Amino acid sequence: MRALILVGGFGTRLRPHVVLAVSYMSDALEAAMREQEQRLGIRISMSHEKEPLGTAGPLALARDLLAEDGEPFFVLNSDVICEFPFAALARFHRQHGGEGSLVVTRVEEPAKYGVVVCEADTGRICRFVEKPRVFVSNKINAGLYIFNPGILQRIQLRPTSIEKEIFPAMAQDGQLYAMELQGFWMDIGQPKDFLTGMCMYLQALRAQHPEKLHSGPGVVGNVLVDPSAKIGANCVIGPNVTIGAGVVVEDGVRIKRCTVLEGARIRSHSWLESCIVGWSCSVGQWVRMENVTVLGEDVIVNDELYLNGANVLPHKSIAESVPEPRIIM
Amino acid sequence: MPLKAVILIGGPQKGTRFRPLSFEVPKPLFPVAGVPMVQHHIEACAKVPGMKEILLMGFYQPNEALSRFLVSAQQEFKVPIRYLQEYAALGTGGGIYHFRDQILSGGAEAFFVLNADVCSEFPLQEMLEFRQQHGDMHSFVILGTTANRTQALNYGCIVANASTQEVQHYVEKPSTFVSEIINCGIYLFTPAIFQHIGEVFQRNQQELALEENSNGWQRAEVIRLEQDVFTALAGSGKLYVYKTDGFWSQIKSAGSAIYASRLYLNQYSKSHPERLAQNKPGGPVIRGNVYIHPTASIDSTAVLGPNVSIGEGVTVGAGVRVRESIVLHGASLHDHTCVLNTIVGWDSTIGRWARVEGTPSDPNPNDPYAKIDSETLFRDGRLTPSITILGCSVTIPAEVVILNSIVLPHKELSRSYKNQIILALPAPSCHSSPGYLCTICCLQLPGRSWPISKTWEL
Repeated sequence: MRALILVGGFGTRLRPHVVLAVSYMSDALEAAMREQEQRLGIRISMSHEKEPLGTAGPLALARDLLAEDGEPFFVLNSDVICEFPFAALARFHRQHGGEGSLVVTRVEEPAKYGVVVCEADTGRICRFVEKPRVFVSNKINAGLYIFNPGILQRIQLRPTSIEKEIFPAMAQDGQLYAMELQGFWMDIGQPKDFLTGMCMYLQALRAQHPEKLHSGPGVVGNVLVDPSAKIGANCVIGPNVTIGAGVVVEDGVRIKRCTVLEGARIRSHSWLESCIVGWSCSVGQWVRMENVTVLGEDVIVNDELYLNGANVLPHKSIAESVPEPRIIM
Repeated sequence: MPLKAVILIGGPQKGTRFRPLSFEVPKPLFPVAGVPMVQHHIEACAKVPGMKEILLMGFYQPNEALSRFLVSAQQEFKVPIRYLQEYAALGTGGGIYHFRDQILSGGAEAFFVLNADVCSEFPLQEMLEFRQQHGDMHSFVILGTTANRTQALNYGCIVANASTQEVQHYVEKPSTFVSEIINCGIYLFTPAIFQHIGEVFQRNQQELALEENSNGWQRAEVIRLEQDVFTALAGSGKLYVYKTDGFWSQIKSAGSAIYASRLYLNQYSKSHPERLAQNKPGGPVIRGNVYIHPTASIDSTAVLGPNVSIGEGVTVGAGVRVRESIVLHGASLHDHTCVLNTIVGWDSTIGRWARVEGTPSDPNPNDPYAKIDSETLFRDGRLTPSITILGCSVTIPAEVVILNSIVLPHKELSRSYKNQIILALPAPSCHSSPGYLCTICCLQLPGRSWPISKTWEL
């Protein structure tokens, strides 16, 4: 089977033949994908949009790749994290025989998204309502679909929104069905939600593969640490921390609810909560970072500073505290 | 020549900008660069040849801290030191007038008067020599220094003859520019000064007698040297100004205590380097000028300085960073804390990984004549960012941040605070109803609003 991942930058999910629909082709992306191909023994193709094609257009662009074997194919939104029930979705899809299936998930505040109204027993979708002002349903589109190749006849090669143009038409024709997602789901497009999604992911990992989580003195709760990372003495790491490859955490550091990306260094006695530390960053000694502070790639934070909700663009050097949330360019 | 010195130390109603630190200890005894504020004055006076006696003058009730200090200071500096208690706040001139007999007893031919709440190089010997050269044995001398044009308006301004240094004009806190030379609050007088003060006293009495409904609050004996005496003496040929370029600052607020510490610690590095901490194997990392009391216990992985004073019995844990701060006695800083621009009160505790930080109010370093501002507490309805102060016995939990805040005594915090004044809970022994702060231990609140409204002054 095939899967198309709608990405702007890097996609992260892997299938036997993965097509990445990208609007910006970079050497770094290609190199990373070659590595993943090797690692997993799968084929990854790139479908490069020269002009933005929306959420449906990319399917038309990748038409030949997707329809190649006549089988249904998956489409994924890369901004989503969940347990990805591909097998269950494929089964559900074959059972009802319709043209397409999408995964829905329950949320507490459906009005922030587009809600899906469907028949309780069959799951056939009746209609979509964008950001409803009164309560209609608490199920929203989770951004994971499976389609028969026939859908490609509905989509032209122009900027098209799958939610606004394609799905309503399919629902009208009774061809679209919804399967409810089990387990966690998060739209991780915003840093704040990214961290929430990370916590959910780690919690699911604890339930299913607890051996993958880190343990030891100074480790609290769910913590994922790359084997090549180094953590110093008298640190307290966690709960809800992920530490990437080659990261160095010096002595006396406290980290809670953070993602620390590859190659970063956190110097001694610093305190981090709810942060994303970008690749190759250097965070100084006695630094305090909190409240969804996000450091882009290769940012240097000087010693003894306080960053509260700072959004720092890549390659910046920070020499002054940021006591109230703001963007540093 | 027999000399005396009088140090004006004020009383509880004065120095209100120094609260909450002055709740525990009278402001003149607050430690600056490791020793009580007035000890610097006493040390300077004791060095002047012929100094017969040092008199501390104020209207504090006798208290243990003051008595103990007097005893130890006498022992250390080998000069008699006494406290003269004014029966009421008599102003900068009224006190010395009231006690003139005590000051002149033993045949003092001249005497210094020093305000306790200044920090200075105290060029007392130089003032004596200057008087010999420029005036005569009957001249009075004011110590002056240069301020910038804007800030001079906050002080007493002195206009002097460029060659004779005689004071031609004196104005206290003018509203328009008069002179950049300001009054440092350190004077050299002779017994003749009492005649001039006496004249002011007479005038006051006559004016009060004329008023029909004198409200009983005003006293003829309240005399202000600056407004009442210097202004009148200017242009009379009796008053001179000795201008100094040495360091000088007022100590009105907690922020200025940290600045004054820096000035004194800097002086130690030149005159008494043995008082400063040094880097040694097994000891903490010392950067710049740092004072550490011998009984303090500091982990070797701590990094202290510049401008840090660590008091008696303080414990500093592993990986602690302290900079531009005063840590008062008995306080405890747990591992990995970061303390910047803060005064940590007596017996306070700061939990692991906490960050306690204030904003310095230092004078502009690019202007050699800039003085520290005495900022108002509020500006535009918001608390002005300032030094963070933890009152006595405050507990800061682990991992929080306390930024630009003032925490009143005995408060145990449970979360982070920024730009706030955190009030103490009422002490059962001295409050009348819940939710109010009593007048003994606390502050004047406008009306009965909670939380605090804009014009509240500490």
